[in-house]
Amino acid sequence: MTAEHHAGGAGAKPVDVRDPHLTRFDIVKEGLRRDDIEIVTYESQFHGQNSKAEKRVVRNIALLFLISGAATLAFLGFYIWWPWEFELGHTLSDYYTPILGISLGIGLLALGFAILAWAKKLLPHELSIQQRHGDPSSDSDRLIAGQTIIYMADELGVQRRPLLKGAIALGMAPLGLAAAAPLVGGLIENPHKGEHPMMYTTGFHPSHNDGKPVRLTREDGSPIRPEDVSTGGQMTVFPGIPHGATNQHADSPTLLIHLRSDDATVTRAAADADPRNRGSMWGDYVAYSKICTHAGCPASLYEQQTNRLLCPCHQSQFLITDNAQPIFGPATRRLPMLPLTVDAEGFFVAASDFKDTVGPDFWERP
Amino acid sequence: MKRRKMDLAEAPKTFAKGVDDRFQAATPLRGLLNKVFPDHWSFLLGEIALFSFIVLLLTGVFLTLFFDPSMKEVQYDGDYLALRGTWMSAAYESSLNLSFEVRGGLFMRQMHHWAALLFMASIVVHMARIFFTGAFRKPREVNWVIGILLFLLGFFAGFTGYSLPDDGLSGTGLRIASAIMLTLPVIGTWLSASIFGGEFPGELIIGRFYIAHVLLIPGILLALIAVHLGLIFKQKHTQWPGPMRTNENVVGERMFPRYAMKQGGFFMAVFGVIALLAGLFQINPIWLFGPYRAAEVSSASQPDWYVMFMDGLVRLMPNWQIYIGNYSIPPMFWPAVVGLGALFTLPMAYPWLEARKLKDKRTHHLLQRPRDNPERVGIGMMAFTFFMVATLSGANDVIADKFHISLNAMTWAGRIGLLLLPPLAYYISVRICLGLQQHDREVLAHGVETGIIKRLPNGQFVEVHQPLGPVDEHGHPIPLEYAGWVVPKKMNRLGALAPAVKGFFYPVEKPAEAPVSPAVEAIKREEIKSGR
Ligand code: HEM
Ligand code: FES
Repeated sequence: MTAEHHAGGAGAKPVDVRDPHLTRFDIVKEGLRRDDIEIVTYESQFHGQNSKAEKRVVRNIALLFLISGAATLAFLGFYIWWPWEFELGHTLSDYYTPILGISLGIGLLALGFAILAWAKKLLPHELSIQQRHGDPSSDSDRLIAGQTIIYMADELGVQRRPLLKGAIALGMAPLGLAAAAPLVGGLIENPHKGEHPMMYTTGFHPSHNDGKPVRLTREDGSPIRPEDVSTGGQMTVFPGIPHGATNQHADSPTLLIHLRSDDATVTRAAADADPRNRGSMWGDYVAYSKICTHAGCPASLYEQQTNRLLCPCHQSQFLITDNAQPIFGPATRRLPMLPLTVDAEGFFVAASDFKDTVGPDFWERP
Repeated sequence: MKRRKMDLAEAPKTFAKGVDDRFQAATPLRGLLNKVFPDHWSFLLGEIALFSFIVLLLTGVFLTLFFDPSMKEVQYDGDYLALRGTWMSAAYESSLNLSFEVRGGLFMRQMHHWAALLFMASIVVHMARIFFTGAFRKPREVNWVIGILLFLLGFFAGFTGYSLPDDGLSGTGLRIASAIMLTLPVIGTWLSASIFGGEFPGELIIGRFYIAHVLLIPGILLALIAVHLGLIFKQKHTQWPGPMRTNENVVGERMFPRYAMKQGGFFMAVFGVIALLAGLFQINPIWLFGPYRAAEVSSASQPDWYVMFMDGLVRLMPNWQIYIGNYSIPPMFWPAVVGLGALFTLPMAYPWLEARKLKDKRTHHLLQRPRDNPERVGIGMMAFTFFMVATLSGANDVIADKFHISLNAMTWAGRIGLLLLPPLAYYISVRICLGLQQHDREVLAHGVETGIIKRLPNGQFVEVHQPLGPVDEHGHPIPLEYAGWVVPKKMNRLGALAPAVKGFFYPVEKPAEAPVSPAVEAIKREEIKSGR
């Protein structure tokens, strides 16, 4: 097809599409005219039919389709026959996912390029202009729509019948509330309910242990003697109650630290100067909540040289020798100290629950 | 026999007639087939988002067939030996099984995750395109607002999805989300307790996030995407200024077949790229993180990239707590609640703010080159710089570690950078825009620099300029009016040089038609306002 100039469009005249002399393209143009479109250029990308260049493009596109088919078949083959079950060590199954990705990826990309090349290289180039007709509705239509709405509102007569106004409100509001009630009522939880509100107690509260002090245990539940933690060492401990080390007591993980004696002296002086932490250390041992007071990540990176605890989430740093006061980063509040003592059998126990609130800060924290 | 053959040939016609009798489809169909679309590479960015969303739907449905949104504690006994015997939630166990025991499951998980990353990335780049070209102006403000809602929903879709596998990283993310809720004045503790069904983490959150992730959020997304596309269709696409293009028309090609085919081909290509990424690049290897334990976290625990800016802002916020009597507002409230809220609501108002400032009530269908509105570019670059500093700060521990910088120095650099760099970016980009504007005007007035130096009889050297339009009787170019579109600045843009590289396909691609618009005068053009 050679260049067609200025087909259809506003300037063109309507034709009778039933006229047998019209070509199919003439009918297409009539459609364009009705949609207010003007074709400025519409020309084949090749000179003459079946030119060498065209044949070459067709061959390339066919090749792309074939590559796509082959790669997708390969994908199916790999999917079915490649060993896929996970085994330890280096095995063929390690390559299952990559080989699926490569074969499917090539299949889809080749298909995509084939279609794109077909559209871009084979189909005639076209430049069309369509009028937007983005005009707003006519003034009279706007008027009619507005008046109709007002008329309908008038018909309802709510304005004229004040009794109805009140009755609608009183009659329908409860229904709205009834719809919201199960949602709100079902979801809402009082964070402060009970004798030992969850916000203020941890697994170390004696109420979890029939009123007796709770032991400090390892993750596997075994209790800890002072000599289990070497000087300068630290250990993550959990409340020695059922499920104490699980997420049921996500606020309870605690860091038990055995300080070197000079550090311990400094730490004890600082703790004893503080009304809440006074007497909470046991010997050279101190225990701080591991739950960062910023956003609740475990503040678990212990720097022995500087006696700092670093929280990996937003890098708050707490000074161990000074009641775990925050000294850098976004945290505002020190890590609570767990009052330590040792029971008759020589195991660490919590003398009481934490005296400060554990975990991220909130509005009504005492 | 013969008659039946006849009937067969007539079948499509009879069918079409039947359809039109019932649905009156022919007239709207004609309009659809004929609809003209303008073309430009930057109009494809939104399409990438759409196609990634389709991939998300397809892969997501597959994942639901195997995923168990339950927090019941189970003991792992699967193929991955390193975790055998470990207690974990059923959700985490089923994610592990998806990765190790479902044929092709890991591939699907990784496709889902990569598609999510691409979805968010293309939304952001698409939004930048809309912003810098002024495509959000009247009458398209509503679509701009919908676009921001789509980003917001994508953010929550990503966050809820990231939380589902219940591995170490997703639990840490949930922990922080709970802490963010806690910072809300008055209702914080109530909100967190209600959403988690008690104290963090409780046993309900994965189930609740699951229904949000696979039903509520995708449902709303789907509805909004439908409205978004419907509005584009109704209002017709914007176009760049250029020859024949006016505010009242659309210049391009009809939707069928070429335009639609290009879309289809592009979809397959995007799909293919996601498949390649999913196969070749591991993402979120949950088995390495272990189940979530409140006592454990690894350093360098990073959220997905589109959440990192939040993390960065939270890291940079100084520890300023506000005390009101017995009550207090923790510092995280400001970046995580107020900041995030502002980030999503302020941009929504931008189209109206700009229109009010410029006293511009007109309808715009022609795009603006970024340089023609320097203030807008400045504001955009300011926002972008803010976002970049915040995002990089979200990884400041990794950067500090890799480049051996002190963490505290990184934090302070971020704090200072967050305040200083955005205004600087504003200033620099406004200057660059004005410089580009200036250069356009110079070329229009004097012509293109040819690189040919001429020596005048008096010994002076001058460069020969090729005028772009007619010249006056002294041979000086008559200054041309700026038309809001590319001004050719090199001789080969005027067709002075043959294209150097041959195409893979024959015929050799013609050089892009030199897009000189000033010559087209007869056509009514939208008046182009150039910021200053
Ligand atoms: C709009 C979009 C969506 C985004 C941004 C998104 C994002 C994510 C992300 C980041 C993950 C974590 C993937 C991982 O394990 O590495 C995920 C998981 C998941 N998504 Fe989506 N998703 C979207 C839509 C959907 C839809 C529509 C469905 C289902 C109908 C779905 C079903 C799932 C399931 C079942 C998982 C958990 C699978 C697992 O990790 O084991 N998602 N999603
Ligand atoms: S959670 Fe510890 S610094 Fe944010």
